[in-house]
Amino acid sequence: MSSQTPAIGRSVPRREGRAKVTGRARYIDDLTLPGMLHGVTVRSPRPRGTIRNISFGPGVPWDEVTVVTAADIPGKNIVTLIKEDQPYLADGRVNHAEEPILLLAHADRHLLEEARRQVTIDIDPLPAVLTIDDALAATHVIWGTDNIFKTYVVARGDVDAAWGDGVTSIVEGEYETGAQEQLYIEPNGMVAIADPADGVTVWGSMQCPYYIHKALAGLFALPADRIRVVQMETGGGFGGKEEYPSIIAGHAALLAWKAGRPVKLIYDRAEDMVATTKRHPSRTRIRSGVDATGKLVAMDIDFVVDGGAYCTLSPVVLSRGTIHAAGPYFCPNIRVRGRAVATSVPPHGAFRGFGAPQSIFGLERHMDRAAAAAGLAPDEFRRANFIKPGQTSAVGQVMRDPVDMGAILDRALALSGYHEKRTRFAANDATGAVRKGIGFATFMHGAGFTGSGEDHLASIVTLEVTREGRVRVLTASTEIGQGTITIFSQIAADALGIDVEDVDIAQPDTAIVPNSGPTVASRTCMVVGKLVESAAHALRRTLADVGLPAEGYSRDEFHHKCRVHVEQHGVLRASAQYTARQDVKWDDEKYEGDAYGSYAWAAYVAEVSVDMTTFEIRVDDFVAVQEVGKVINPVLAAGQIEGGVAQGIGWALYEDVVWREGRMANAQMTNYIMPTSADLPAIRVFFEEVPYPHGPAGAKGIGELPMDGPAPAIVNAVAHATGVDIRRIPLTPEALAALVGVAHG
Amino acid sequence: MRTWLADFDMRNAASLDDALEVLAGEPGAWTPFAGGTDLMVLLEAGKLTRKRYLNLWSIDQLRGIREDPQVVTIGALATYTDLLESRVLQDEFPLVCAAARETGAVAIQNRGTIGGNIANASPAADLPPALLIYDAALQIASTRGRRVVSYVDFHKGYKVMDLAPDELITAITVPRGRGGWIQSYRKVGARRAQAISKVCFAAAADVVAGQVRDIRIAFGSVAPTVVRCTRTEAALRGQTLTRDLAAAARAYVDRDVSPIDDIRSNERYRRTVAANLLEQFLVGGLR
Amino acid sequence: MNGEAVSLQGHPMSRLLDVLRTTLRLTGTKEGCGEGECGACAVTIDGRLVNSCLIPLLQAEGTSIVTIEGISSGDELHAVQQAFIEYGGAQCGICTPGMVLAATVLLDRVAEPCLEDVQHALAGNLCRCTGYMRIFEAVLAAVKYHRPPGVVA
Repeated sequence: MSSQTPAIGRSVPRREGRAKVTGRARYIDDLTLPGMLHGVTVRSPRPRGTIRNISFGPGVPWDEVTVVTAADIPGKNIVTLIKEDQPYLADGRVNHAEEPILLLAHADRHLLEEARRQVTIDIDPLPAVLTIDDALAATHVIWGTDNIFKTYVVARGDVDAAWGDGVTSIVEGEYETGAQEQLYIEPNGMVAIADPADGVTVWGSMQCPYYIHKALAGLFALPADRIRVVQMETGGGFGGKEEYPSIIAGHAALLAWKAGRPVKLIYDRAEDMVATTKRHPSRTRIRSGVDATGKLVAMDIDFVVDGGAYCTLSPVVLSRGTIHAAGPYFCPNIRVRGRAVATSVPPHGAFRGFGAPQSIFGLERHMDRAAAAAGLAPDEFRRANFIKPGQTSAVGQVMRDPVDMGAILDRALALSGYHEKRTRFAANDATGAVRKGIGFATFMHGAGFTGSGEDHLASIVTLEVTREGRVRVLTASTEIGQGTITIFSQIAADALGIDVEDVDIAQPDTAIVPNSGPTVASRTCMVVGKLVESAAHALRRTLADVGLPAEGYSRDEFHHKCRVHVEQHGVLRASAQYTARQDVKWDDEKYEGDAYGSYAWAAYVAEVSVDMTTFEIRVDDFVAVQEVGKVINPVLAAGQIEGGVAQGIGWALYEDVVWREGRMANAQMTNYIMPTSADLPAIRVFFEEVPYPHGPAGAKGIGELPMDGPAPAIVNAVAHATGVDIRRIPLTPEALAALVGVAHG
Repeated sequence: MRTWLADFDMRNAASLDDALEVLAGEPGAWTPFAGGTDLMVLLEAGKLTRKRYLNLWSIDQLRGIREDPQVVTIGALATYTDLLESRVLQDEFPLVCAAARETGAVAIQNRGTIGGNIANASPAADLPPALLIYDAALQIASTRGRRVVSYVDFHKGYKVMDLAPDELITAITVPRGRGGWIQSYRKVGARRAQAISKVCFAAAADVVAGQVRDIRIAFGSVAPTVVRCTRTEAALRGQTLTRDLAAAARAYVDRDVSPIDDIRSNERYRRTVAANLLEQFLVGGLR
Repeated sequence: MNGEAVSLQGHPMSRLLDVLRTTLRLTGTKEGCGEGECGACAVTIDGRLVNSCLIPLLQAEGTSIVTIEGISSGDELHAVQQAFIEYGGAQCGICTPGMVLAATVLLDRVAEPCLEDVQHALAGNLCRCTGYMRIFEAVLAAVKYHRPPGVVA
């Protein structure tokens, strides 16, 4: 290693920060191409039915408008993802409200809107399935033979036989979570150029350039080298720009293909909310048995997520939710059944946490109830059941991380003054206008793709060096606000012994960068960052050929050796590819083994006030303690946790998707309520750092973790404040009022 | 933006007289346009039904807040920010300032106007309940002349007002001399800023020696218009204020409101919270 | 416009936001919702913060408008911009221009704002990434470097 001060562990300022604070950063709607048309999407007014007729009304110069239907698609009218069930444009049948049917393009945006209004789509309605119960009842089969996209069952011990011996307390419960809109502040958008001679190029707001690349190849029946996907600065994603952008890219490209001109397709907020994916609504049923010492003896968990009308990523969301359903606890007899079902609503999709927040909400709410039934304090009960190194999880993973959940919980409780407040608040005046409560959740989140996912991805990262010694990192990992550019720069700089400023991160462009996999699943830092580190080490080995010492070289010496190498060989590049770890075993068939290479572990504490006049709930204080391996950049890491907690608070208390006939009825930022700067408590973030040997400099993933804990911590606190047993979020004032009304007869 | 702009037109009014001439020339053809905080939202959504707009923003004579011995006169184009910055309103009409502070956030407060808030006639508007409890009156002008209408009589039904197509609200007056009254304003929205009210409550009571000498109670978002609860007021006037009276008032107010279920809240919650807020206000008067 | 006189023609009901972004190519002003809710399009008119999506062009005539492109001088960033970089106030960056403008207006009007002042001043600018904590820190830190116009240090 060189003599440079390490960048890792320092709060290196966001590298693209200057462009962002000056307004110079270029997002997709800031891109204009010569001769560009604008595009819009015409969508289904009904949740399910058969398209009978499409008519084009008066007052629009239709000969000037490019119109694309399913018949115009040159390749396959199927969005390439897990199952081949979703069309780019509905052809004959619609399966959800707001399903795309027709695309229009014109140079005049205002006229285009009038054109969209003048298209009438007549649909013969078919029965729609709008709830999880209706889907499971299968009175109307809308997908496959039983409306079920996927089922997982994981089990240890013998749960059916475990309820007798020694079980002193059995608790059952059903818990529900609502849909949640990602609500990135930049709506989705793409610009495309496309023609048979040159192929297809799209620029856009996205998380996963290579997902789009693969999808476009199928849509246009073109070879991979004729497709190019470029990520623009992306104004937030949170999972919402994981899979849906493939559809928008396809639509923009179809219009461009037919019009022979560039087409920009930008969703306005209403369209983005009503048409694109949201967090899967869920229902979790739990039955638990505890012995006289407070140890869990048996748990039977049934977890169902509503996938919407097409399969999209639901099996993977279900997988993560199923694995996380048992939480950071050891239970000798456990069964988790997970099912993803089809309904007639727009497909639900990726959103930070990816199924885990849903099942963890059910479990952590249940743990408080089970503790009470066993006569134990919530923390005592959890402490008795935390999984320990060497114990085996529900999916059969032997915990090798040196995890100490008890220590994490102790620290969170101490920092929040939990015990003193728990006692003081319990003495609340039961007639008081404002009641206080405090509650917590303990949980973990697996980093990276589940099971053998990373083996299949086999991600690649390349580093190349210019003659001047500037290092360029080529990856498909996208900067979406979380800090990819900065942390990759830090990792590369330290691994090469140079300054952060000597490192550039290439704009993700499939013509230039290799496939490093998608920017999802808390994998960017831990998995792709590790590849950046490995590629940097490979680069140093290459430079050893021209005499770079293994240790103790200066930055100038590095640059000099780069120049020498480039002069001798023309190029200087090094790559690293993910290879399967021999110590991580996963059986896809049995769905058993090491589900994740590592987990982040956490305890979150929420303190709330409940106004019993208006049933408004305010979070007064929030403490988040987590063990995430080495923290690469403290400011960016804390920003990730704070932002995730804010989204968790929103999901728990404010964000309510109002459904009417399978359509989001409140698709406006005025009526779908995310927290403002005046609505949040101090979010106090603390890290425990246990270096993880397989992450870059010991880092693990953190992006999704903070979404898991806030909702159950808050709801447990509200239950403490009010004595009301709450089982569903969002816990709006209306919902709490109804519960209080029931509780008081 | 979902609107075809070619369908729309906007012209400037050079002065109040000019504006009234334009409105009188083609009654109903031109719709007055003030701060635009509601109309521009509809324009964006492609839901703006009327096509021609008369921009009032540059008419400075409709701005300003004037103090007279008996009355304070608020120009119809006074923004929420103007209301918040007015010393006399802060001192004597604190509920107007409380309402202004709770409307939108800074950028909306800089643009939204009191006249626009009234003429937009949303039952969920934040200022009107405060104006109702201060016995506000509206000054209305047209080329036919001037008239004054008591604000409590102005809203006739959902979006129906005592305002002819050729008329403009020019000012709002509030009588002074409520110094000794107990006053309360509470907006219940889905969040602390940038919210549309689910229940909006304003009340003032003159309580002397434990007796309710006079009282005003008004709500937003619980009926097709903002409402003054005149039956509840009548039932409370002259009564001795006790916890029992406060509890009994719940039943009265339940008859004065007629809330509905919508995408923001539901009838049951609105009824419960309306009653809770009134009871809490009355109990507060005991102290 | 950012200190320079600009003459242009457009529909009187064009949104100022569209005129800024399309006609004047000042793309630092962003559209997040189109209904005055998110504040991504915030600019100042005559020193007051407004949502440019709610301003018809006719009402902008004859006014002094400042956008994100107009608040730094040359390469020297405004104190708020500098603090946003140092304290992690920007993540995805899409709310940042509006957020920065809202903060500059606060600092011009309140010499020593407290946390509550900052929370109130930024309440019309929604951020989905940060949970606002680092934005508050940045604004409070910027107070130290910033001198309101007309105040001599």
